[in-house]
Amino acid sequence: MATAVQVRHQARLFDKAGDRIARLATLIFAALIVLAAVLIVHVLWVDSSPARHALGWRFLTSSEWDPVTEKFGGLPFIYGTVVTSVLALLISVPLGVGSAIFLSELAPPRLSGTLTFLVELLAAIPSVIYGLLAIFTLVPLMRIDVEPFLRSTLGFLPLFQGLAYGVGMLTAGVILAVMTFPFIISVSRESLLAVPREQREAALALGATKWEMTWDVVVPYARLGILGSIFLGLARALGETMAVTMVIGNSAAIHASLFAPGHTIAAVIANEFTEATGDVYRGVLIELGLVLFCLTIILNGAARLMIIATTGKGARR
Amino acid sequence: MNRLLRRKLINGVMLTLTGVFTALTVSSLFVILGYLLYSGGTSLDWNFFTKLPLAPGELGGGMANAIVGSAEIVGMAAIFGLPVGFMAGIYLSEYDDRAFAPIVRYVADLLNGVPSIVIGIVAWTLVVVPLRQFSAFAGAIALSIMLIPIVTRQTEQFLREVPNSLREAALALGAHKWKVIATVVVPAGSKGVLTGMILGVARVAGETAPLLFTAFNNQFWNTGLDHPTASLPVQIYMRATSPYDDWHRQAWAAGLVLIGLVLVANISARFVLSRGASVPRG
Repeated sequence: MATAVQVRHQARLFDKAGDRIARLATLIFAALIVLAAVLIVHVLWVDSSPARHALGWRFLTSSEWDPVTEKFGGLPFIYGTVVTSVLALLISVPLGVGSAIFLSELAPPRLSGTLTFLVELLAAIPSVIYGLLAIFTLVPLMRIDVEPFLRSTLGFLPLFQGLAYGVGMLTAGVILAVMTFPFIISVSRESLLAVPREQREAALALGATKWEMTWDVVVPYARLGILGSIFLGLARALGETMAVTMVIGNSAAIHASLFAPGHTIAAVIANEFTEATGDVYRGVLIELGLVLFCLTIILNGAARLMIIATTGKGARR
Repeated sequence: MNRLLRRKLINGVMLTLTGVFTALTVSSLFVILGYLLYSGGTSLDWNFFTKLPLAPGELGGGMANAIVGSAEIVGMAAIFGLPVGFMAGIYLSEYDDRAFAPIVRYVADLLNGVPSIVIGIVAWTLVVVPLRQFSAFAGAIALSIMLIPIVTRQTEQFLREVPNSLREAALALGAHKWKVIATVVVPAGSKGVLTGMILGVARVAGETAPLLFTAFNNQFWNTGLDHPTASLPVQIYMRATSPYDDWHRQAWAAGLVLIGLVLVANISARFVLSRGASVPRG
């Protein structure tokens, strides 16, 4: 008899210990995530120290890049990263926000769900596939049709002058636009859908047209979430590597013309990291990586906060 | 009256414009898939799956080594990353302590947004430098760092959708919390959790940048997990940027295979869940 009681007692002890063990185990794995983030920062900081000691932060403002003679200026890459990302946003923000308005305000729910799923599939396409398509379709299209057309119509601007190479910052901007609008659409749509129904009804009751209701009431109400979606898209555009490096021309120089080949931070790391000889050269590339990391962390951090504030969902995406 | 007309006109124009924008964005998916299907379909042959790559200039050859290499790298990444993400997800959903959990959640989201090329640098420092060579293992570490935050957030999300009444019923029967989680909550949310895992693996399987200086590339069968290994995405990159027509053809074939895998994973995930709304991603 005593044994049965003992067994039951042991089982209860085991259950109690099990609770503590389970909690501790999951806690350890969760802590691994924080550890991974700390490790990333640590690695980038330590590995870039040869470059930071040799060149200091002023390398970020120098535009001369010649690894052979150890001239490391990071400005062309920062310039290219910013220009291509801004170009991408100029195209993808109107398209993305416009589509999000259609999907949340006009389309019937079923259609809206299906279309959103299709748009989100775009985000699942690997970036190397975008690069592959861009090399063989977008680059010739830009070289033969789009860039000559822009030169003949807007050629008085320095932005649209010079040879049409096909590969260059404009092409990179266009491909980045396609890669960013899925994010803008799906997050903006969610923010718009989170606007209370009363807001819409009140606007309509005051005699607003559907567009006035959307533009003057619904969009301002959801503006923080929409801004967050744009930041998310920007962060993705800044860090995008493969598609950009395949079409931007990989030339470390600053040109006024958008047709000219350029370079981005991510692209130069992808291209030159394996052949970087010497601690300083590699350190410079890692320091550029650190700059990119900080930029995307700040943008993402801000975006998540804005999205949480609008949709009330604990940063779902 | 004129003003009303103008307002109605603006209304019509702008609403139509949003429809046009939607048509543009959605149709880009079909353009992309159609072009891949056309170019990849005409390039794909049986050799692609069975032969090794040939030297530039020689016609034919395939990417058998890259297909196996991708499977090795992604398989290892899944073995490393899925359990961590799963357990961390359980922590966020079941042991939400309002102190540490929000930090983990936020950090996971930030990790999700770290550019993949930066993850490559980190894996290079942590694995390639100490082992003194590129390896499938290093590639797997890079991919698993990307996989963990995705799976964590997906697991959390799907476990949160398990109704609280189930947990309370099990607790009321006297079960301990860990037993409730193991025998009630996780089984109830298993469909979603599994879907999230599949989507996460599909997403990292297409990553190229983190593999460039971890798994590197290889024209032959790799002889071990500690050697440079070819993978489909890296091969696509190398082939597409090469000057040879036959290599371009192979890049298209590899592109079609890769996108096929990604789409099958994404669409089947949608149908498995079949919850009407869009499939949440990490």
